[in-house]
Amino acid sequence: MNHYLNIFLNAVFIENLALAFFLGMCTFLAVSKDVKTAVGLGLAVILIMGITIPANNLLLTYLLKEGALERWLGSNFSQVNLEFLSLITFIGTIAAMVQILEMTLDRFFPALFNTLGIFLPLITVNCAILGGSLFMQERDYNFMDSVVYGLGSGFGWALAIAALAGIREKMKYSDVPDGLKGLGITFMTVGLMALAFMSFGGIDLSEEAAQAEEITSAATVEQPATVSESE
Amino acid sequence: MADTKQKEALLNPLFNNNPIALQVLGICSALAVTTKLETSIIMAISVTVVLGFSNAAVSAIRQYIPSSIRIIVQMTIISSLVIVVDQFLQAFAPAASKTMSVFVGLIITNCIVMGRAEAFAMKNPPLISAIDGVGTALGYSLILIIVGFFRELLGSGRLFGYSVLPLTSEGGWYVPNGLMLLPPSAFFLIGLIIWALRTWKPEQVEAKG
Repeated sequence: MNHYLNIFLNAVFIENLALAFFLGMCTFLAVSKDVKTAVGLGLAVILIMGITIPANNLLLTYLLKEGALERWLGSNFSQVNLEFLSLITFIGTIAAMVQILEMTLDRFFPALFNTLGIFLPLITVNCAILGGSLFMQERDYNFMDSVVYGLGSGFGWALAIAALAGIREKMKYSDVPDGLKGLGITFMTVGLMALAFMSFGGIDLSEEAAQAEEITSAATVEQPATVSESE
Repeated sequence: MADTKQKEALLNPLFNNNPIALQVLGICSALAVTTKLETSIIMAISVTVVLGFSNAAVSAIRQYIPSSIRIIVQMTIISSLVIVVDQFLQAFAPAASKTMSVFVGLIITNCIVMGRAEAFAMKNPPLISAIDGVGTALGYSLILIIVGFFRELLGSGRLFGYSVLPLTSEGGWYVPNGLMLLPPSAFFLIGLIIWALRTWKPEQVEAKG
């Protein structure tokens, strides 16, 4: 349980896709002018990430990984490694999922569709979604991990865009130098937000860290191991 | 006539219509790789290659693409090109490919590539589209390289991994600015570049903040 909580919090705060990896910046900057639309887009991203990352995880494990085809096609295929196709597979899954979700929402939840409708097609080219899948591949998450990671990173992204939209709404009343108006000051704001988020960087919830913490506190050493990286 | 048009397609994106500073495109995959000048340049070259070829390819078959499935067709062309670039980097520059990790793959969702395919290549013949692709990529590369230059120089006192400003830890005088290696500095630098660009070319200033 702790393991999943760790992945979740890690994805939301420490490795926030928007503020630590700059993913999904195009939409992040373009759609953050008011809080309401930002929250709508955020919800859509949570939903899509929660679906596509686990789906891509299944595809990766059962089709693309080295030896995965053996299960389906016999031992001739035990050497086949299709991982180089992962990019095109992931983007295909994402495009397809977005399309399916759009149709499902339209059919069964028209109210929700009306709120999220315009954002859904935009999401296909949102780098955060593809980035999430690629990080999932790079870190070798298993299926449950990827579910938690998908929801967590989607939530982190939504949180970041809602916060930025809030700040930008307030900023309408500030006197910004001419050249910085609009895009320029938004970049600065995002930079400051990213700085704030970096202060979560010292948090490490993994089990090894917890054990290390116990050992260090038992030995009453002045500095716990987890603080060392905050410099 | 044709020559001026090609020249415009190539040079306009550099300052007048810069993809990052004015069109807000393609910021996503780029900034995390700019901690070092070397990776910034590799990223810039990769994007130039992908964008040039994808624009040419999309434009070459533009009359045969049914408009209802054009996004998927464009995506397929782009991702095939990106896979080629990715495999090439893994084979010939494994160290750089390792540092850039997922960001090569993210060229696919780089809005510049999709944006140019959709806005320019679908309406123009292949040659001018390819030139437009390269030009846009150059504008993008320019920002990327400027940011990479300052981040590596101020953050670790080096350029291309060679020591330029001798660090205090190695007996020199320069105290490295650690902030430059962290993600927020890229935002500040781009914000400053935009500010400088708009002071120089006031017509780009946005009417309301």
